[in-house]
Amino acid sequence: MNSLMAFWRRFRRNRSAVLGLVILALVILMALAAPLLYPEDPFRLAGRPLTPPFSGDFLLGSDTLGRDVAAGIAHGAKTSLLIGLLATVVAVVIGVLMGGLAGYYGGWIDDLLMRVTEIFQTIPSFVFAILLVAILKPSIQSIVIAIAVVSWPAVARLVRGEFLSLRSREFVQACVGMGMHDGRIIFAQILPNCLSPIIVASSLMVATAILIESAMAFLGLGDPNVMSWGFLIGAGRTVLRSAWWVCAFPGIAILLTVLAINLVGEGLNDALNPRLREHA
Amino acid sequence: MSEPLLEIRDLHVNLPTGADRIHAVEAVNLSLAPDEILCVVGESGSGKSLTARAVMGLLPERVRATQGEIRFLGEDLLQVSEARMRAIRGDRISMIFQEPMTALNPLMTVGQQIDEVLKIHSDLSRRARRARIVELFQEVQLPDPEQLVDSYPHQLSGGQRQRAMIAMALSLEPQLLIADEPTTALDVTTQAQILKLIRELQARHHTGVLFITHDFGVVAEIADRVAVMQHGRLVETGSASEVLHHPRERYTRELLAAVPSLTPRPPRVTDGETVLDAKAVVKTFRVGSGLFGGGRVVPAVKQVSLALKRGETLGVVGESGSGKSTLARCLIRLLDADDGRIMLGDTDLRPLTARQLKPHRRRMQMIFQDPYSSLNPRYTVGRLISEGPITNGVAVADARSRARELLELVGLEARAAERYPHEFSGGQRQRIGIARALALQPEILVADEPVSALDVSVQAQVLALLADIRERFQLSMLFITHDLRVAAQVCDRIAVMRHGEVVEHGPTAEVFANPQHEYTRQLFAAVPGRDWQHHEPLPARVASP
Repeated sequence: MNSLMAFWRRFRRNRSAVLGLVILALVILMALAAPLLYPEDPFRLAGRPLTPPFSGDFLLGSDTLGRDVAAGIAHGAKTSLLIGLLATVVAVVIGVLMGGLAGYYGGWIDDLLMRVTEIFQTIPSFVFAILLVAILKPSIQSIVIAIAVVSWPAVARLVRGEFLSLRSREFVQACVGMGMHDGRIIFAQILPNCLSPIIVASSLMVATAILIESAMAFLGLGDPNVMSWGFLIGAGRTVLRSAWWVCAFPGIAILLTVLAINLVGEGLNDALNPRLREHA
Repeated sequence: MSEPLLEIRDLHVNLPTGADRIHAVEAVNLSLAPDEILCVVGESGSGKSLTARAVMGLLPERVRATQGEIRFLGEDLLQVSEARMRAIRGDRISMIFQEPMTALNPLMTVGQQIDEVLKIHSDLSRRARRARIVELFQEVQLPDPEQLVDSYPHQLSGGQRQRAMIAMALSLEPQLLIADEPTTALDVTTQAQILKLIRELQARHHTGVLFITHDFGVVAEIADRVAVMQHGRLVETGSASEVLHHPRERYTRELLAAVPSLTPRPPRVTDGETVLDAKAVVKTFRVGSGLFGGGRVVPAVKQVSLALKRGETLGVVGESGSGKSTLARCLIRLLDADDGRIMLGDTDLRPLTARQLKPHRRRMQMIFQDPYSSLNPRYTVGRLISEGPITNGVAVADARSRARELLELVGLEARAAERYPHEFSGGQRQRIGIARALALQPEILVADEPVSALDVSVQAQVLALLADIRERFQLSMLFITHDLRVAAQVCDRIAVMRHGEVVEHGPTAEVFANPQHEYTRQLFAAVPGRDWQHHEPLPARVASP
């Protein structure tokens, strides 16, 4: 409890991180409140197409088919955040397992796992993600899987590095010496000591995942049954010059959310990383 | 008496707000005559290093000298401009550091690095500078100077690097040389050579030397005068013989008494059966081998045989790279030996699988060197100590209450169980490490340099605790150390290792009185302050620091 307070004090020192946290909280609030604010289906054709914003029935205007852009943004927030979070969780689980095993055991296990990791890293990640979604048929699951598959190698590398340095610490040797299982040493002894960098890396990964999801939806590879920010932009790209609002508002939503998550990630890094703490 | 070279008056150095005390250095007065070696000696946190850094104008960020003056040839270094200070540094005052590897730039040859100093502070031609560097290397007795000039730091040994650092420090013939623990990271034989070199160079160039150290042996070896510091304050100053033989202050007497004597303690009668018998243990490392083989083969332990009897302490003594730690880790199977037999009672541990080994693990426990990395910072002390018994099937509640008893046994309070490792000092952490090892009720303790990271007064207490525990539980102990003073006080028998081999072994008193092997004799000759012996015996305290 005490350390949590100290952590908050350190986090608070970074003003922009607090700002990021506020924006992020608003986005989450918006996602939660979407069914209350816009109880209707966001795909519903609500009125005249291409109504400009701040006029008539629509706060942020309507798109080519007369769908409410504001409703789309509110409902899309849930999709974007959910995909970002889920994909990150899956990527972190895979990355921690691969990196942890490679770093702890070393030798041929390390060689094997790291070569596999490198194979994944050599393929351009966005192209790879598109390819996976195209093969698996666009749906929330396949998008989450695709993003996780292209994101875990970075986590694996990070965790491996941490494990390599922690494995040789004397407290780990003490555990080996008292006959502790490898599994317990890996998960209960070493892993808690490298949580800070993992948390920081995964917070930034959420932002990247949201960007990848939006980009795929823009290209028409989003889940056709789920409203998302990328889908809105994709729907508006043909009328970009005549009806700017269809693309602009979802774009701003993405920008703000990704920026907020990046700021929070940076704040976490400052607060959790003891070496940087000195310079704060 | 001539005018002092350096005079420090009423120096106060402030720590940043939020530190555990306001002043790192408080009201310190020191003076250093030209052609004199002044040793500033103290334990960690005494402010000795910050005093030296204040003279160099190299205090860490947010640490400031707030009061007093540092007069160098009449000029107050706390008042001069940064430009003037830069001119003085290197030219008139230079410094050598503890760790020559980090003080040298790994991407430049040592020659280039000295050349840079000469380029900035002199107007010699390129050819003249190179000649000067070679001459300097000859003066610090580096072998083959012409070739070493073009070597990179990693191609030199630790002792050679420190010589190169000294050459760099002397390149401009400074009047004041500040040496901050320059031999602490070195092996004892190398340390002896470097100390001798500093002494000779000082005598030849009549340099004033401010020598920072924690080691009274080194003080006895090199000092003309001594200043003792504690908690940022000066305790006493005097000539080396005064301070070392007739200390006035109580703190100095305690420090001196804590330095282990080189006279071995009386041997104890041990006629127990052999509990651990290692025969022809071999361990070879392959360095830098990749997917396609290759790499360098390093034989760390070559055919070493040792036997440990019940209730006995066997010391394994050697310098870094002698294979003593590798041997210890092979014996308790933290590393897998390549060949040989490791008989624990009637069982050969070497061929056992992890599963077969598990019941035997608890019989041998290790105490580690580094009190900071040997305890998992994420868990409470109580959990750390009870982890071993729980792993071996003891009920959680029993293990926890036993942990509290053990904490009291090692001289801490039972309440310590709820606290985290970072709340304890180095000595207290080492006690926690001992409690953790004892929790499994081992027959054998393997202690790998258990006191070498500790201050000398804390060291004495931890050694007394280890002796007490060994008696009380009739433990056998394998004691790895590089410090012959510690070995003399702790071990019944010692084995001297070099290059992965035991060159000599026998009862401690016999080996000390009459070393047979040439290398053992070299080791003894290199112990700093071997001729100086303090008279008071080691106090048998077990109290917590």
